[in-house]
Amino acid sequence: MNDVFAVSAAPHIKQKISINSVMWQVVLALTPALLIGIFFFGIQSLFLTIYAVAASVFTEALIQKFRKVPITVNDGSAVVTGILIAFNINSSAPWWLPVLGSIFAIAIGKQIFGGLGFNIFNPALLGRAFMMASWPTLMTAGWKFTTPMNNLFQSSINGLNNLPSNFPEVVTSATPLRVVKALRDTTQISSDVANTVMDNLTGMNTLQDLFWGNVGGVIGEVSAAALLIGAAYLAWKHIIEWRIPVSYIGTVFVLIYVFGGINGMFSASIMLPIFHILSGGLILGAFFMATDMVTSPVTKKGRLIFGMGCGALTVVIRLIGGYPEGVSYSILLMNIAVPLIDRYTVPKPFGQIKR
Amino acid sequence: MGFKTFPGGIHPHDNKVFSKDKKIEVMPLPEKIVIPLSQHIGAPSKPIVKIGDEVVAGQKIADAGGFVSIPMHSSISGKVTKIAQFNHPTGALVQGIEITGDGEDKWIELVDESNFMDLSAKDLKERIADAGVCGMGGAGFPTHVKLSPPEGKKIDTIILNGVECEPYLTADYRIMLEQAEDILAGLKILMKIVEAKHGVVGIEANKPDAIKLFKKLLKNEKNIKVVGLHLKYPQGAEKQLIYAATNRKVPNKGGLPMDVSVVVQNVGTAIAVYEAVRYKKPLVDRVITISGKIVKNPKNIKARIGTFYSDLLEYCEGTTEDIGKIISGGPMMGFAIPSLETPMTKGSSGLLLFDKKEAHREQENVCLRCGRCVDICPMNIVPSFIAHHVRNDDWDSAEKSGVMDCIKCGSCAYVCPSHIKLIQWIDIGKIKVSENRTN
Repeated sequence: MNDVFAVSAAPHIKQKISINSVMWQVVLALTPALLIGIFFFGIQSLFLTIYAVAASVFTEALIQKFRKVPITVNDGSAVVTGILIAFNINSSAPWWLPVLGSIFAIAIGKQIFGGLGFNIFNPALLGRAFMMASWPTLMTAGWKFTTPMNNLFQSSINGLNNLPSNFPEVVTSATPLRVVKALRDTTQISSDVANTVMDNLTGMNTLQDLFWGNVGGVIGEVSAAALLIGAAYLAWKHIIEWRIPVSYIGTVFVLIYVFGGINGMFSASIMLPIFHILSGGLILGAFFMATDMVTSPVTKKGRLIFGMGCGALTVVIRLIGGYPEGVSYSILLMNIAVPLIDRYTVPKPFGQIKR
Repeated sequence: MGFKTFPGGIHPHDNKVFSKDKKIEVMPLPEKIVIPLSQHIGAPSKPIVKIGDEVVAGQKIADAGGFVSIPMHSSISGKVTKIAQFNHPTGALVQGIEITGDGEDKWIELVDESNFMDLSAKDLKERIADAGVCGMGGAGFPTHVKLSPPEGKKIDTIILNGVECEPYLTADYRIMLEQAEDILAGLKILMKIVEAKHGVVGIEANKPDAIKLFKKLLKNEKNIKVVGLHLKYPQGAEKQLIYAATNRKVPNKGGLPMDVSVVVQNVGTAIAVYEAVRYKKPLVDRVITISGKIVKNPKNIKARIGTFYSDLLEYCEGTTEDIGKIISGGPMMGFAIPSLETPMTKGSSGLLLFDKKEAHREQENVCLRCGRCVDICPMNIVPSFIAHHVRNDDWDSAEKSGVMDCIKCGSCAYVCPSHIKLIQWIDIGKIKVSENRTN
């Protein structure tokens, strides 16, 4: 019998979980949304995703080789970043856009800080911010409606009179959120018109389309349902935890309900918050980006604060800020606050003596 | 049926199937034993025999080394052959007394006083102290000390710990099934000593037959109840058990169960108490689980204290494969030891044998900050932060983060996807912080 026995600190049993299994399960959870993206926008979406993933993985490997550290691309984290980058562009984007976005995300968003576990920002979101700042027209233009959505807008607009001459164009070439923003910001149209468009946007048909993905959008955020299937899987596997998504979405719901209407406080219908939650990548952000382990708080209370902060910033950006969207910037801004949140939310030990 | 529990915790596979239906077997006398002089928390015992002395089973061979200490007794009859350093189940080398048996099993004179409940609390406690009883769940705190709260502290509840939340171990389960009356007699003695009004037997949900048996036996007892507890690790940890059973929180920063008027004793200890009081029988044997996938015939064995693990394993017909790891105790909090030539002690609840594959450990990786350790920590501290502070030799921050509150249950290390050896880091932190305190 061999007389050399392993001696180590307890515990001597270990749950079957590793960084690899966590990351590859996230990849799995993103697959339904990818499939829906391919279904709605064509095989081009798949190619763009492959470019993004390949660029991410290659960049990570190259930099790790350069840094003379073990190459860990098979842990799947770069694959996740690549997929999320592709999810944030639209299917008519040129091939080099996701490639450059991924290179930036991995190089500047992750490896420059020391790689996985040390990055301050969500790499994919940083990559998206980079693409937005560098090629804003490519990121927003060419936004495709699926046909039913287009018809909806046409019909609601055709029924209206007194529209300013440029308004239909604004509407038909814009995302639903952009329309909502335009309705809030413009003084060119009468409140009757604005209210009618708003009602149409927040009608049951629109919300259903938003939920199932029968709308335009970037590759990954088109179907809330597909994203939720993936999120449910991750929650079931205890890879994401309820606090961040729930506090994020809950905060958006409340704030939009209170401040989101176009006729002052509490003028919004209960459908408006739902509309906001289902559009503009909020589901993708709340379940897959804000929950990124590395860049979100460790403490339980911290996660609630983080989610609420993301929600509040998203609403501020959407209602007051210059962008119709706000998810990615709000998460990036909250990423910076994570060390501070963690420091001030260290829990009280079990049995803490009250003083 | 209204199971109770505590916040946090994990659900490891309990693996009790190997030995849970094996009746307790009495192990034949070993040829040789070693009685370590430190089997408990507190001062080591002082030997009162010398090499060449003839001893009988139950004979005192070492005095208590102080108030927080216990005497030691020979568990077999024979001759003292060595007093030296021997392997200890915690992995250390500890002074011990080796006794080579004469194969006759001669005993000291035992009594049988069926009216033992008439004895005064002081006499009862004295018999427990004389018998060298200490906690048999693992930590080994001298029982008579636990039963001596300082002036002003009232104990109103004795909790018997029948949780046995460590995977694999079934020794407590078997004694609960086979010696339930003795356990309850022990509980009543404990309650009498500290004048506790209430007795609680806490049993985890994976032992429904034990819960049923105790419920039946306690049908007519007004002051003693069974509390069923959810199957969750570390349900048997003292503070977690107290919270689940009584809804009281033991204060952190060195708080003791007696601060919330509770004393917790292991069910095995209750038997030792009963035997010490009724028969004046010293604690010289206990039930231990020998288990593991590779053990040919896993068993629950009643063996003499000081029996070598190698003899116990031999009695279980050895292993089917090469041993990769020897664990003294349970897999979550037990000690990996380098040799089977190690004597079992009063706190030895199990001996586990793992094969090479089970012994394999992954490399430590970077912290993903996933927070899984935070989610499950039963003490509600942040293990990953503490490990980080310890790595940076930042003892002040480690202390502020609650390193001393950690009960070392190992749940955090169990769930960590990065395989970070959190308990190892925390242990270093505990040692350093207490060193700094004394300096």
